[in-house]
Amino acid sequence: MGDMKEIVLEYIVDEYLDEDDEDEVSYDSPLISSGIVDSFSMVSLKRFLENKYKITLPDEEATPEAFDTVNSICKLVQKHLG
Amino acid sequence: MSNIGSYEKRIRNFSWDTAGEILNWKEGELLNIGDICSDRICRMGKGEKPALIWEGFGDRSSTYTFNDLKAYSNGFARFLTEQGIEPGDRVCIFMDKIPSLYFSFLGILKMGGIAQPLFSAFGDESLEVRLAGAGTKAILTTGKHVRKVRKIRDRLPQLKKVIVVEGNPDKLKEGEIFFDVEEAPRIDEFEVYRSGPETPSVLHFTSGTTGQPKGALHVHNSIWGQALTTSWVLDLRDDDVYWCTADPGWVTGTSYGIIGPWSLGATQCVLDSGFTSNRWYKFIQDNRITVWYSAPTAIRALMKDGDEVVGSYDLSSLRHLASVGEPLNPEAVIWSGEVFGGLRFHDTFWQTETGAMMISNYPGMEIKPGSMGKPFPGIEAAVLDLATHEPIEEPGKVGLIAFRPGWPSMFRQYWKKPDIYRSKFVGAAEDAMPEDLRQDRNLWYVSGDRASIDADGYFWFVGRDDDVINTGGHLVGPFEIESALVEHEAIAEAAAVGKPDEVNMEVVKAFVTLKPGYEPSDELELDIMNFIRKRLSPLAMPQEIEYRDKLPKTRSGKIVRRYLKAIEWGEDVGDLSTLSDE
Repeated sequence: MGDMKEIVLEYIVDEYLDEDDEDEVSYDSPLISSGIVDSFSMVSLKRFLENKYKITLPDEEATPEAFDTVNSICKLVQKHLG
Repeated sequence: MSNIGSYEKRIRNFSWDTAGEILNWKEGELLNIGDICSDRICRMGKGEKPALIWEGFGDRSSTYTFNDLKAYSNGFARFLTEQGIEPGDRVCIFMDKIPSLYFSFLGILKMGGIAQPLFSAFGDESLEVRLAGAGTKAILTTGKHVRKVRKIRDRLPQLKKVIVVEGNPDKLKEGEIFFDVEEAPRIDEFEVYRSGPETPSVLHFTSGTTGQPKGALHVHNSIWGQALTTSWVLDLRDDDVYWCTADPGWVTGTSYGIIGPWSLGATQCVLDSGFTSNRWYKFIQDNRITVWYSAPTAIRALMKDGDEVVGSYDLSSLRHLASVGEPLNPEAVIWSGEVFGGLRFHDTFWQTETGAMMISNYPGMEIKPGSMGKPFPGIEAAVLDLATHEPIEEPGKVGLIAFRPGWPSMFRQYWKKPDIYRSKFVGAAEDAMPEDLRQDRNLWYVSGDRASIDADGYFWFVGRDDDVINTGGHLVGPFEIESALVEHEAIAEAAAVGKPDEVNMEVVKAFVTLKPGYEPSDELELDIMNFIRKRLSPLAMPQEIEYRDKLPKTRSGKIVRRYLKAIEWGEDVGDLSTLSDE
């Protein structure tokens, strides 16, 4: 789980934040409600998770709440990894 | 009793002068939207009334009175004047929905400038196209978004001023100016520019099928349409607390998130935070919002999250709901009635070019779920036969939605593109100028959408008449996406079309052929998605990419999007005889 959190956090920092961004993002930082990731961009984040972990995340479970922090994202991925 | 009262009576006795009456307008008064929305409300004795209740992410919140609105918009007006910005100059507003967005919008109008708001999620390429197209002289932005401006500034010789209104002033680069209006001396008096009805006010960019986005130019006279529709369709009253969820980077956010409500002296709320159902419902509950103007995409997302979430909040303050952006499906209308104490969303139809609502469902009028409603009083609307361009009399027959020119909030031109403007009017002479076209009651302005009219006079939306993609209520041009796609190192050719989507009506799907040496893969698909998201915007990002060996083309080599789109929508692909055999 620890590795997964690190990988997801790194992906978010690389893809959704600029190099000199002042925002500090941690495992608990809000992503959707803070506007770092918007609802359209969630689609590419979901695709990343599906590609990386060879899973399918059902649309009904890929909600803004489920994607709002690295912790909640990893919980969702873990559930589908079995 | 609603503000509109009887729709039929309003139709019979209609005059645009009614807008002046509801604003208590006196002949000879200054016609400047910036003044009308702030100073004039103060002159009417409402200076201490809350104008803006703002909440941002986290615990940030603030409330501003109309006196504050006046002073801070004056602050921007004076600052821009001191910076050498002159009447008629285009000033871009490129920021999230922070209070300075609203203050600066009115400030630009007060000093005679043309406000050019742009969606802050645009990437640097989308931004560059729009700034270059408008010859923008100054941009107001924030520390968060100025990075995108830096990437393109060298290629924009007309952009003289980059002004950062929020963030850390120590992080500014050479040639950038910091101005925090709330920290600057309060400016209680400013001599507002003596604009007239035809003085340009707002420039909103909109996408078409071909070419880059075009700037639809509006004038101060638009306020009559915006004020009257706000009163009659949104039913705003003096004691209402109003929430328009739209971003002022798009026309709904300026016409009904700034001009309409503030011209009437209404209190409005703004939530500058990402979307979650809980956050939205809490915002309504905490601020006792009474009138809510939102979008089908958001309504469907709320619906998807279920009735239990709604039930967790006290939303009893709501009394009127309306929607805009794309057609509101019947299920969403019915659902809203079930969960919001019998209140149904009233769908409204209009577009960037019309500046104000054109076809709507009105308070007190029967809603036919799924229908666009009926034309606003004073608006002559029709559906035109696809071949003859004559108005269709037969109920249910599909044609092009069209309007007789001449309503106050109609766009006055596409910025520097008179030929494209002319092409929007059926029956226009080849040499007709914009000032003639917009007043000629013998012409029809064609909206680019298709609909039918039923026997009761209700309009029913069918779809776009072109290849423009309506995603989440925003129009995205396929050309702009395709141009960006072929800049990706792996892509040889590309086509972008809209594909059906349960929440957003349409999302972007791209068809691509790859250059030699590249193979289709999931990783490449994600790389292409992110490439477009960063260059253009999250809205323009393809949510699906299909790899093809070749794309369907005409014999002259033009990619045939309609074929690809028809397949996506499960429709008849039509006549394929013009396709190349290659």
